[in-house]
Amino acid sequence: MSPEPPPPPRLPLRELVREAGAGLLARPARVGLTVLGTVIGVGALVATLGLSKTAGNQIVGRFSEVAATDVVITPVPGAIGGDEARTAIPWDAEARLRRLNGVAEAGTLSDVDVRGELVRSVPINDPLGQTDVQLPVKAASPGLWRAVRARLAAGRFPDAGHSERADRIVVLGANAARRLGIRNVEQQPAIFIGDRLYQVAGLVAKVQRQASLLGSVTVPEGTARRDFGLVAPASVQVETDIGAVEVVARQAPRALHPANPALLRVAAPPDPETLRAGVENDLNALFLLLGGVSLLVGALGIANVTLVSVLERVGEIGLRRALGAARRHIAAQFLVESAVMGLLGGIVGASLGTLVVVGVSASRTWTPVLDPWMPLAAPLAGALVGLLSGTYPSLRAAAVEPVEALRAGTQ
Amino acid sequence: MARDVVELQAVGRTYGSDPPVEALRGVDLAIHGGEWVAIVGPSGSGKSTLLNILGCLDHPTVGTYRIDGLDVSRLSDAELTAVRARSIGFVFQSFHLLGYRTALENVMLAELYAGGLRNGRRERALAALERVGMADRREFLPTKLSGGEQQRVAIARALLGSPSLLLCDEPTGNLDSANTASLMSLFDALARQGLTLVVVTHDEEVAATAGRVVRIVDGRIDQEGE
Repeated sequence: MSPEPPPPPRLPLRELVREAGAGLLARPARVGLTVLGTVIGVGALVATLGLSKTAGNQIVGRFSEVAATDVVITPVPGAIGGDEARTAIPWDAEARLRRLNGVAEAGTLSDVDVRGELVRSVPINDPLGQTDVQLPVKAASPGLWRAVRARLAAGRFPDAGHSERADRIVVLGANAARRLGIRNVEQQPAIFIGDRLYQVAGLVAKVQRQASLLGSVTVPEGTARRDFGLVAPASVQVETDIGAVEVVARQAPRALHPANPALLRVAAPPDPETLRAGVENDLNALFLLLGGVSLLVGALGIANVTLVSVLERVGEIGLRRALGAARRHIAAQFLVESAVMGLLGGIVGASLGTLVVVGVSASRTWTPVLDPWMPLAAPLAGALVGLLSGTYPSLRAAAVEPVEALRAGTQ
Repeated sequence: MARDVVELQAVGRTYGSDPPVEALRGVDLAIHGGEWVAIVGPSGSGKSTLLNILGCLDHPTVGTYRIDGLDVSRLSDAELTAVRARSIGFVFQSFHLLGYRTALENVMLAELYAGGLRNGRRERALAALERVGMADRREFLPTKLSGGEQQRVAIARALLGSPSLLLCDEPTGNLDSANTASLMSLFDALARQGLTLVVVTHDEEVAATAGRVVRIVDGRIDQEGE
């Protein structure tokens, strides 16, 4: 009769973690220094991803305000059809487009050929003041001013009535007004284009689209037809509702020229999502590489220190084996120690990275944006790094023969 | 008569193969429960090898070794580990206490891998410290204890879990004569309480205190005396 061998020793996870934790707590300074590489690596990754996302959102945020609702339609230059292409935009473009869903504002804008005539303010006796200047003259439909989000410095915008009556009035851009020496409209200033006198109805301080308006003299469309023989609007400026750009871009040419929409070219902004992805990719590549490299260095640091620790603690390993620890218990203890080091590095790194994102955002008055999974995934990544770098040292520790370890280890 | 705790039959241990070194040859040894045995011999005589085999840290090359009637000579590495955890308490010359754990935590370590009961581990560890007269030092780190005190803590650790066999490898090697004497009286008391005690030593005075002396020379048991 022979008794059975006893059951194999067990080590519950809780006990294992406690043993590993005590091992780490015994050497806090070393753990701190070891973890530094992982802290920097994870921190760099989190900061990079967070900042690029924040910056991407910031750019898209600015972009959405004006550019994402911007559609401009022009005839295709040199298209087959010659004159037909040049006159492809009808005079009632504004009314036609406003019937489309998703169009917020629309207006036509054309360059007017004044055949070299100069623009002059009413002559006054000022030998230094330049009064004869070459300024571009444009023609605009009433809706254009809303479509470009123009802001008046003084006066008013022409309405449909001015255009229908072909009233001789102009709107001056801020730069054009400065060159002509006109600062307000209270004294009803007037300017000459060639020999004809035009009353200044309004001064534009700012536009968010078609910045060339600021340097131009703009007359109502009807006036341009009568005085300068404008044959057709040269372009249509549309402001769409947010998110309606693509629909409007597709429908506008048919609404303007149902017979041959191919004569019209639509300039619409790229899809904001694509743009954001592009911005993030550009920013990310370099810094992700840097973060990856520092993470690798951090992993090597953990591997190195864990290996040294295994060699130092040979006596402890021998003792544990004598007390009944199986090889896997020894391996598990060192693995958990290195994984916990990686986890610590990941937690600290993720916190620092998040702080960097918040700090930079605060200094730039941006809204910090961070993927919600980031604060969870980053410490896990750190733990994974620790686990991987602890693999080889742990196997070394498990391979230690208790007899030799007990003899060697005199602590 | 008490049952044999340790039973070696024609045990030999050979190291290497080129040329093979016979550290032990044809050792027959039986140790009864409650016996206090000193194993003595000059260095290189094979007493460390014998201790490793007795402690299930090493396999005999030939022969059989039964501990508590269980033949361990052909057990796997993992099974030997389990036998160590359950049946054997170790005391080393260099104490092998973990410097970063208190005396009590060092004692509690003995039950960590043993499976068994988790509850009351602290109490049992305290009782073991009490047994070696170290209960009042339970919260001390080993670095704050004298050599004799450290060895007592190590003995308390070895006693925890009520092993069948307490194996001591040169337990007095790092102690002065006063501490050695006090440790001997502790061993004496433990032996009286029925603990099976095997002490490997080269110190003849220590050996003289034992109930039985096994002398080993050139890998063979040379002579046994009371």
